[in-house]
Amino acid sequence: MLIRYLSQIGKYFLMWKEIFNKPTKWSVMKGLIFKEIDDLIIGSLGIVAFISFFVGGVVAIQTALNLTNPLIPKYLIGYATRQSIILEFAPTFISIIMAGKVGSFITSSIGTMRVTEQIDALEVMGVNSLNYLVFPKLIALLLYPFVIGISMFLGIFGGFIASVYGGFGNSSDFIDGLQIDFIPFHITYAFIKTLIFALLLATIPSFHGYFMKGGALEVGKASTVSFVWTSVTIILMNYILTQLLLT
Amino acid sequence: MIEVKNVEKSFGGTKVLKGVSTVFETGKTNLIIGQSGSGKTVLLKSLLGIHTPEVGTISFDGRIYSDLTPDEKRELRTEIGMVFQGSALFDSMTVAENVGFPLKMFTNNSKSETKDRVDFVLKRVNLIDAHHKLPSEISGGMQKRVAIARAIVNNPKYLFCDEPNSGLDPNTSILIDNLIKEITEEYNITTVINSHDMNSVMEIGENILFLKNGLKAWQGTKEEIFRTDNEAIVEFVYSSNLFKKVREAYLKG
Repeated sequence: MLIRYLSQIGKYFLMWKEIFNKPTKWSVMKGLIFKEIDDLIIGSLGIVAFISFFVGGVVAIQTALNLTNPLIPKYLIGYATRQSIILEFAPTFISIIMAGKVGSFITSSIGTMRVTEQIDALEVMGVNSLNYLVFPKLIALLLYPFVIGISMFLGIFGGFIASVYGGFGNSSDFIDGLQIDFIPFHITYAFIKTLIFALLLATIPSFHGYFMKGGALEVGKASTVSFVWTSVTIILMNYILTQLLLT
Repeated sequence: MIEVKNVEKSFGGTKVLKGVSTVFETGKTNLIIGQSGSGKTVLLKSLLGIHTPEVGTISFDGRIYSDLTPDEKRELRTEIGMVFQGSALFDSMTVAENVGFPLKMFTNNSKSETKDRVDFVLKRVNLIDAHHKLPSEISGGMQKRVAIARAIVNNPKYLFCDEPNSGLDPNTSILIDNLIKEITEEYNITTVINSHDMNSVMEIGENILFLKNGLKAWQGTKEEIFRTDNEAIVEFVYSSNLFKKVREAYLKG
């Protein structure tokens, strides 16, 4: 069992090496990168915006409902919303959602290509299939921090709307809360995490799709396994990065 | 010419190819036939470099595959056209994009040159009207023809076909067989076809390799199949009453 896991981890790192080997012609790669940006980044904006806005609202409401002591200032709603959204919700929670949305898409599309011999066709033609299929995804997901930036903005905006229009506090209290004790490094920390999660989001689902064996049923299974492993790795990396960067 | 010398290949302790030696000639339609599990697909995948034999060599016009550097292997692969059993067309690309793919990847042709070449090969396989269709919008027979067009668009020296007739009706099968044979002669390429279809064997089999239990059990032409006394091939080919009668009629003259 352990040997199997270790062998899979080794295979994953060897895949990384192969992704950069024998690059595809730039004129072809350019088109592939734009297509992946459209599929993986632009295509995810809607769901990320929707979730961020409403979860931001819920964070603000729950914070407000827990502030029963009149000595605790109202600006704490804005402060708590900002900290929750920037430090954890946007980079980590959204990445778990992306592991489901983008990760499953990557695994199933590459897995289907494996099942229908399209990857064999690329290899027989002399194309480095890992570079052709995974490299554009990797580059496209380097734009993932922009998605998280939008998520941060909309999460805080959702919190503002819920707090002010829900009658939990006024706008100046909320804005004061956003500004108080602001540590710019927290933004850097969040984007470092995001960038590392982006690399995981591109490569772990690709690995599960590329090396899958079997038919249509196995494509479904590979998507599920890929989601589980991407989520587990994101959570572990989140812990390690937090320990390294914030302590 | 492709020369296979004493090739052995095992999977999980089971020896699938047990020392196969043969020659696939240029300008001829070479067929590999045999029962399921006889090693046909493993031999074809070994020729393609997808499987690496443990013993033996495969040489392409004198170039021994296992001795080539990775770059030389990739270079050699650009000389290979392959028609997969399920066609293996890229489902996100149109017919024209599928056919033009090898040109886009491996040549510096201008857009108009690529378009002209794609038009030419699509015309050659009688699919000039299917340019903008997606693979999912065309029939199985048309998909096979697109796969053949994609395989020959870059003027390959070697053409491999894995069960090109599987899932096709008899008329379309004959069309595909004849198309492969014509292309082989026209471009003087080395064609290797993996087939179960005895109609194909009798139609286009110029050099037939019969595998049984991972070994070469017989090799010859379609005419020789009628006259051979080799029990293994007779048992395999004449398992249907129709072919038995055809053979009897042939032997009676």
